[in-house]
Amino acid sequence: MRLQRLAETDRPAVSFTLDGRPMAALEGDSLLTAILTEDTYLRTNEFGDGRRAGFCLMGACQDCWVSVEGSGRVRACSTPITEGMRVSRGTVQP
Amino acid sequence: MSVVIVGAGPAGTRAAEVLIGAGLRPTVIDEAPDNGGRIYQRQPAGFHRVARVLYGFEADKARAIHETFDRLRASIDFRPRTLAWNLRPGLIDTICDGKARAIPFAQTILCTGAMDRVIPLPGWTLPGVFTLGGAQISLKAQGCAIGARVAFLGTGPLLYLVAYQYARAGAHVAAVLDTTAFARKAAQAFGLARGGATFVKGLYYIAWLRAHGVPIAESVTPLAIGGEGQVQSVSWRDARGTTHEVAVDAVALGFGLRPEAQLADLAGVPFDFDPVQHNWVPRKDPSGKTPVAGVFLAGDGSGIRGADLAEAAGARAAWSVLAARGLAVDAGAVARLDAQLAAGAAFRAALERAFPFPAKLAAGMADDTILCRCEAITAGELRAAANETLATLPPPEVNRAKALTRVGMGRCQGRVCGAAAAEVLASTLSCPVEEVGRLRGQPPVKPIPILPAEAA
Ligand SMILES: Cc1cc2nc3c(=O)[nH]c(=O)nc-3n(C[C@H](O)[C@H](O)[C@H](O)COP(=O)(O)OP(=O)(O)OC[C@H]3O[C@@H](n4cnc5c(N)ncnc54)[C@H](O)[C@@H]3O)c2cc1C
Ligand code: FES
Repeated sequence: MRLQRLAETDRPAVSFTLDGRPMAALEGDSLLTAILTEDTYLRTNEFGDGRRAGFCLMGACQDCWVSVEGSGRVRACSTPITEGMRVSRGTVQP
Repeated sequence: MSVVIVGAGPAGTRAAEVLIGAGLRPTVIDEAPDNGGRIYQRQPAGFHRVARVLYGFEADKARAIHETFDRLRASIDFRPRTLAWNLRPGLIDTICDGKARAIPFAQTILCTGAMDRVIPLPGWTLPGVFTLGGAQISLKAQGCAIGARVAFLGTGPLLYLVAYQYARAGAHVAAVLDTTAFARKAAQAFGLARGGATFVKGLYYIAWLRAHGVPIAESVTPLAIGGEGQVQSVSWRDARGTTHEVAVDAVALGFGLRPEAQLADLAGVPFDFDPVQHNWVPRKDPSGKTPVAGVFLAGDGSGIRGADLAEAAGARAAWSVLAARGLAVDAGAVARLDAQLAAGAAFRAALERAFPFPAKLAAGMADDTILCRCEAITAGELRAAANETLATLPPPEVNRAKALTRVGMGRCQGRVCGAAAAEVLASTLSCPVEEVGRLRGQPPVKPIPILPAEAA
């Protein structure tokens, strides 16, 4: 699974890093969109159920947490991407 | 002291409009970056799709809601990006950009909307499975489909609407899998026809999808979402007992909606089980007044009635607030709103009967299926706890089950698993689902960073 961009692709590019890898997104993307258009997951479930990629996209399920340098843990679905963001998907503590 | 509205969707917008008309300056809190709520959610700055593309048949209503809010903005103390995380007598605790603040109110109108109701099935926690509403948010707010080949699985009017929106936007809709039978919908046609345009639109989406070759299967029993580390297929059984599987890389899952009513719960509003919606709903009278002084409710957060009635209920609740403040009330406007709300209720009931919540599907979930996605707890673990302990210790209800199994204790507070967990528990204990109660809300209603002393 990758999110597929169907519209609004003429936005300025934003660069960020994911687990140290340089990545590109578009201005106005949520972190979730920025990551899932390029990769398949956001986090690893702490209770052994493998990888997760969010679920509700509306801030309710809490299954999209990632770490952003300087901001700590954030919900990827409700955090806009910004230039130079350093995002990591290390295991989140329960 | 001020009136505080939580939620800037259709209900909150119309509530604010009435209050401002009476010379008040309401505070409006919304967690989202902008107003609009779910159905009329605004896209971020820098996106250019026109209302017609974003909102389809609802474009005029969306525009009207946005224009109303924009016109009133100067008269509102609008606080976007602000989560209302607790409600105490006369105070709403909020957090915005990491800053905590308790906002006092004389009256509050909670217009907190709804979220998808979900029934877990094997594989539902795989990357690539999203709620139906989530699939729609991805398209509306980000211009993205959730995958390259998407299946829509569940029931309810949103199932066909979102599938249609995806197909129209150029996404590949691999299948629409409805757990409801068409015959059931047709039997409700008389009641549905009262909904006029809404009914016709629903039929239009179905007809459009069929005409464009989108496979639609009804009366399905969902079996599993397959894949290693990500979604690769979805399988189901048809009414004749034949098993089918289709290759997909994403699934949108939803079985109707449930109110986001945690703040009403924290306020102490009692809840009743609504058998038609098959949801617990906070108690209010037709004017939006609750048994708790100063607390008013409107929109889908107080029971699922859809966007048009959310607007009417928002305005109606604001008139109740004005009455409570001893201000003048326009009896004509109130009578019109009451008539609209009463007429809408009949259509809504027909709609709920047309797309009933498949409670048996939830109750019959396999033991090894994950029920609580936060903490990966299976249906079998809940059943075991129910059998061993609960049956001997009355009352057998979900909050006790939660304490024993942690189902509903995860970070989502049971928003996702609560409805299905109650069905599993009720069927294990052989009692009606309303007897196992509902998961109570806890502050903070959503996880928040550790708070500064001021808010403690
Ligand atoms: C994801 C989703 C998509 C939907 N799409 C459609 C659709 O396309 N067509 C349709 O007819 N119906 C749709 N619905 C049904 C929808 O609920 C109603 O039609 C309509 O949006 C209800 O309006 P409302 O004002 O009651 O709530 P909403 O429009 O849901 O607005 C509620 C607002 O309250 C805010 N909020 C909630 N809790 C808090 C809190 N604690 N702190 C701060 N802010 C808070 C939310 O951020 C939101 O903006 C959808 C529902 C969902 C959940
Ligand atoms: S995807 Fe559910 S909270 Fe972010």
